[in-house]
Amino acid sequence: MRRSALDRRTGSGSLLGRVWPGATAVVLFIVFAFPVYWMFATAFKANRDIVSDTPVWFPTSPTLDHFTRAVEADGFWTFVGNSLTVTVIAVGLSLVIALLASFAVARMRFRGRKSFILVMMMAQMAPWEVMVIAYYMIVRDADMLNSLAPLAAIYTVMVLPFTVLTLRGYVAAVPKELEESAMVDGCTRFQAFVRVIFPLLAPGVMATSLFGFITVWNEFPMVLILNKETGAQTLPLWLTSFRTTFGDDWGATMAASSLFAVPILILFVILQRKAVGGLTSGAVKG
Amino acid sequence: MSAQTEEVTAAVPAPRTGKGGAPPLAGGRRRAGTAVPYLLILPTVALTVLLLGWTMVKNGLLSFQELNRRQLIRHVTEWIGFDNYSEVLGSSEFWSVTGRSVVFTAVNVVLIMTAGCLTGLLLARLGTKLRLLLSLGLVLAWAMPVVAATTVFQWLFDQRFGVVNYLLDALGWHSMAGYSWTGDQLSTFFVITVLIVWQSVPFVAINLYAATTTIPKELYEAAALDGAGSWKQFTSVTFPFLRPFFLATAFLEVIWVFKSFTQVFAINEGGPDRLTETLPVYAFQEGMGSQHFGMGAAISILTIVILLALTAYYLRLVLKQEEDEL
Repeated sequence: MRRSALDRRTGSGSLLGRVWPGATAVVLFIVFAFPVYWMFATAFKANRDIVSDTPVWFPTSPTLDHFTRAVEADGFWTFVGNSLTVTVIAVGLSLVIALLASFAVARMRFRGRKSFILVMMMAQMAPWEVMVIAYYMIVRDADMLNSLAPLAAIYTVMVLPFTVLTLRGYVAAVPKELEESAMVDGCTRFQAFVRVIFPLLAPGVMATSLFGFITVWNEFPMVLILNKETGAQTLPLWLTSFRTTFGDDWGATMAASSLFAVPILILFVILQRKAVGGLTSGAVKG
Repeated sequence: MSAQTEEVTAAVPAPRTGKGGAPPLAGGRRRAGTAVPYLLILPTVALTVLLLGWTMVKNGLLSFQELNRRQLIRHVTEWIGFDNYSEVLGSSEFWSVTGRSVVFTAVNVVLIMTAGCLTGLLLARLGTKLRLLLSLGLVLAWAMPVVAATTVFQWLFDQRFGVVNYLLDALGWHSMAGYSWTGDQLSTFFVITVLIVWQSVPFVAINLYAATTTIPKELYEAAALDGAGSWKQFTSVTFPFLRPFFLATAFLEVIWVFKSFTQVFAINEGGPDRLTETLPVYAFQEGMGSQHFGMGAAISILTIVILLALTAYYLRLVLKQEEDEL
């Protein structure tokens, strides 16, 4: 009785019930993976295979020409350096600051705690894209246009609310008893945090920093407005201006896109499963 | 991800005993400890106030100023009261952009939530291998950086050598060979929508799947003992359990879609003829493009007000929930 009901739920009741989920899954896989595949495929294809009236589905004679052209484009390494600089600073800084706050919010009671959480929630949905004009004026008045410092600072605050709220969830998911027993054993609260909670937070910290990394790496409107000089621009600007500079050179554009996407794709595929795994196992334990 | 975390913390009724629940925190320690939480949140608060709060205020101040190229270069401040607002609110262009943004957001969010939830439930039904395969596809799309995805979609929808036109032609829709997707308002929106939905479905699907794995099996067993079929199990167990998650995700998607700038701007810069400008792009074009910074600021304030109105229902829910938790 119990068994048959569960079987029905998982859809192994009839032949049709068994086939359609699989078929749909394969179709959906193609839909979601194809644009990513097509980016890489185009990047490696010879030009005559790119501009062909019938698409060439596989790069039969792969070439690295497009990548060479993309990398040798003016100032590529400056863009890479700038992107890495602002990303590492913003993610690192926000992580440190948010850890402190999330611990206070998840573990302590204090007047204003609720307001703080609410402010963070509001801040998380702050429409940055819409406020770029005000940022432009502030940074201009400070005479800091075309510099990485304001960009890194703004990005830090951009990922901060998300980081605080997410880490709060992870801290709260660590059973309080673990911390308490560490304190009974003579640890101070700080020691308990460093020795007991922090190691358990690792998957959460990784997941959170991953999303911060993606946000900053992708950020486009702010840098578009603040940094008009190429020396202080980041990769998203390089990529969007690429098509204009190179005309309809789809090979080089796709090679550039691939270069831009690969670090994120790798990080994401590695960390995403761990993050979700950590999340769900944490929930089961809690 | 954040929605999922919220879900998990909400689903696990953590006994918030507060500091009173911790025996070692006794006596004088407690009094000394009152400053600690404030010190811990201080850096976060300071940075947020400085770089977000002040910008909001600045944005408000700018919206009451006549600030064009001339004033910008001469560094003069000209206060003009509500002139920017009355001009914006009086222009039919603003209202058509607003209507366009709301419809655009609604269409995208409905598509994302429907496709995302169905895909998530599908994930829950699949065997391990197929689930891994579909997850891989979803994660690839999810991880794809926005700017890179935008260029790839421009290539997919390219007029001459794009795969989409080729496929439509090959499937028998011959007038689509050589079709210029960015030449028309609706077709440009179509490309933007496909792009946004493609990017957003994985977030909903994977988190919904993760949420289904936290549903206690006992609930299904109990429902089955009561004679509930699979549809009844869905409506009486799965759906109520996933409801808070569903609301939270839909809320986040509304915000994300409504304020999406990169996709709309990068696909066609709001063209053709500024017909695909949504509010964020409109504020940008008016403010930075035409160098009417005060006007742009007024539009951005109005955009924020509209966004608040759109999300008011859920915001109130969240506020109440937070209040109840304390």
